[in-house]
Amino acid sequence: MPRSPGRWLGAFVFLSPGLAYLVVLMLVPLALVFSYTVFQRGRFGGVVYEFTTENFERLFDPLYLSVVLDSLKIAALTTLIALLVGYPTAYLIAQLPKKWKTLALVAVVLPFWTNFIIRVYAWTILLSGPGLVNSALAKIGLGPLELLYNQGTIVAGLLYSYLPLMVLPLYAAIERLDPQLREASANLGASGFATFRKVTLPLTVPGVLTGCLFVFVPSFGNFVIPEMLGGNKSIMVGNLIRNQFLAARDWPFGATLSLALIAVLVVLLIVQAWAARRA
Amino acid sequence: MLKIDGVSRSFGDVIALDGVSLEIGQGEFFALLGPSGCGKTTLLRIIAGFERPDAGSVSLDGADLLGTPPNRRPISLMFQSYALFPHMTVAKNVAYGLERERLPKQEVRQRVGEVLETVGLSAHAARKPAQLSGGQRQRVALARSIVKRPRLLLLDEPLSALDKKVRADMQLELKRLQHDVGITFVVVTHDQEEAMSLADRIAVFDNGHVRQVDEPVSLYERPRTPFVADFVGANNLFHGTAGGLDGIKSERFGMLAGTPLEELAAEAGALLAVRPEKIELADGGASSGLAGAVLDVSFYGGVSHVSVEVPGHPKPVLVAVQGAATVRPGAEVKVRWAAEDAVIMAADQ
Repeated sequence: MPRSPGRWLGAFVFLSPGLAYLVVLMLVPLALVFSYTVFQRGRFGGVVYEFTTENFERLFDPLYLSVVLDSLKIAALTTLIALLVGYPTAYLIAQLPKKWKTLALVAVVLPFWTNFIIRVYAWTILLSGPGLVNSALAKIGLGPLELLYNQGTIVAGLLYSYLPLMVLPLYAAIERLDPQLREASANLGASGFATFRKVTLPLTVPGVLTGCLFVFVPSFGNFVIPEMLGGNKSIMVGNLIRNQFLAARDWPFGATLSLALIAVLVVLLIVQAWAARRA
Repeated sequence: MLKIDGVSRSFGDVIALDGVSLEIGQGEFFALLGPSGCGKTTLLRIIAGFERPDAGSVSLDGADLLGTPPNRRPISLMFQSYALFPHMTVAKNVAYGLERERLPKQEVRQRVGEVLETVGLSAHAARKPAQLSGGQRQRVALARSIVKRPRLLLLDEPLSALDKKVRADMQLELKRLQHDVGITFVVVTHDQEEAMSLADRIAVFDNGHVRQVDEPVSLYERPRTPFVADFVGANNLFHGTAGGLDGIKSERFGMLAGTPLEELAAEAGALLAVRPEKIELADGGASSGLAGAVLDVSFYGGVSHVSVEVPGHPKPVLVAVQGAATVRPGAEVKVRWAAEDAVIMAADQ
């Protein structure tokens, strides 16, 4: 901890580049966006600086509220599936011999080596009417199915994109666990399942919470995946915000929606931090 | 009760156990003693079921153990790191094994209470392991192991994580506890003093082999192999060839007095071992003994250690004398001992 003035100065010198970056490129724009929430929209975009609470009233319009709830539902479902798929994966990787472990971890992050948009675009080709999946289904006498442009497709796309963010923190948590705790549990008469339920799972809860947060946050605010895989409908908050700024040219309401999105995420962060401390 | 027969285990090129056979009796306090990496912990893990031997058999009360999964063996293991569950309170840790047996809540609570009383931790039942001292954690681990009333309790270096003073207290407590609960204890340790003071019998391990199984006093006074003579306690070792019933023939010193534990073939390589406290420090002008010069004197309170440089002997001869030593470094002395105080064994085992 810096105590003397000299140390404060030193700390300031080293912090200032990062601090400047944060203030100029994040805090200031964020403050601007938030200030728009209490003003009226301009006729062709922009803001008219006259105070109003109309934007917050619109937020509770059932139309918009349902979009927020749908976003929550889609993000929550994605997170849950990611957890159910990611935990066994992370557990198995943690049990592998050392060199295989490295290989498996590289495989987990391998998709990140290709551009995000391209990967999501690839899904539209795979799932489209005459696409690879449908033609394969046709061979076994099924389909063609309507695979694109519904909520299930969005969940699949989000899951595909963010599953590694679940696996990695889970792997870190499981790997750190003292293997002797599992041996001690077996020695005291516990079956494999009881050991998992009573020892492994409770001790990896912080990793579970981190993974859930890593998947939920980008899923909740996402607009690329719903737009490409969900059709050009305002299904999730992300699309709605984008449309308010770019299509409807209603900056104040877009700003209000952004504020709502951030508020939800901050609440989740606080809950996560609280739960992680208790675990 | 526990019968280990011809157990071998290797990891790649490293042979951890090579045909180890041991028999441990009901109610015995048995120690596996050896330097680190000698295979004793591997044997413990085989008995507990976390490791499988490549060959050999292990049986408990006549029933084969190796086919039984670790969670069904009536054996408790106290880990060197204690392996307490960090997210559970002391009481929860201790109750864990009983809850796995699906015992009624009432009985679990009662037995946990009793065992915490036994180890003197009743007041700490609601604490988490991180809030305890090393000695307290060790007691929780012990309580957690004995509360299941196992047939056999294995202890892996039980006292190594404690500081010296606590260790001495816990040694006494372990002995008392073993006596009270009547469970067979098998303790793994590299600390020979710990093994000596705790165990009824000790098996000395070296490189995957058992070198000697004996009571502590016999092990100390009548080591049967060079490794045991060197590893257990301080010893002065002299090499030579078999010289009949009262000594060995040393190239440098001629006949050295000693008693062979078993008859050695004539001219066979022999090793004579004599304890520091059995050596008499005589005046330089004495008529018999090996002549040398005092190198160093260290005072330990009750005893003093005098090391004597004897020309022709590779290491200084260590002599223990009662109280403060009267000699000073540099003094000319002679060291000698009675034939019955030195043991002779074959050098090639």
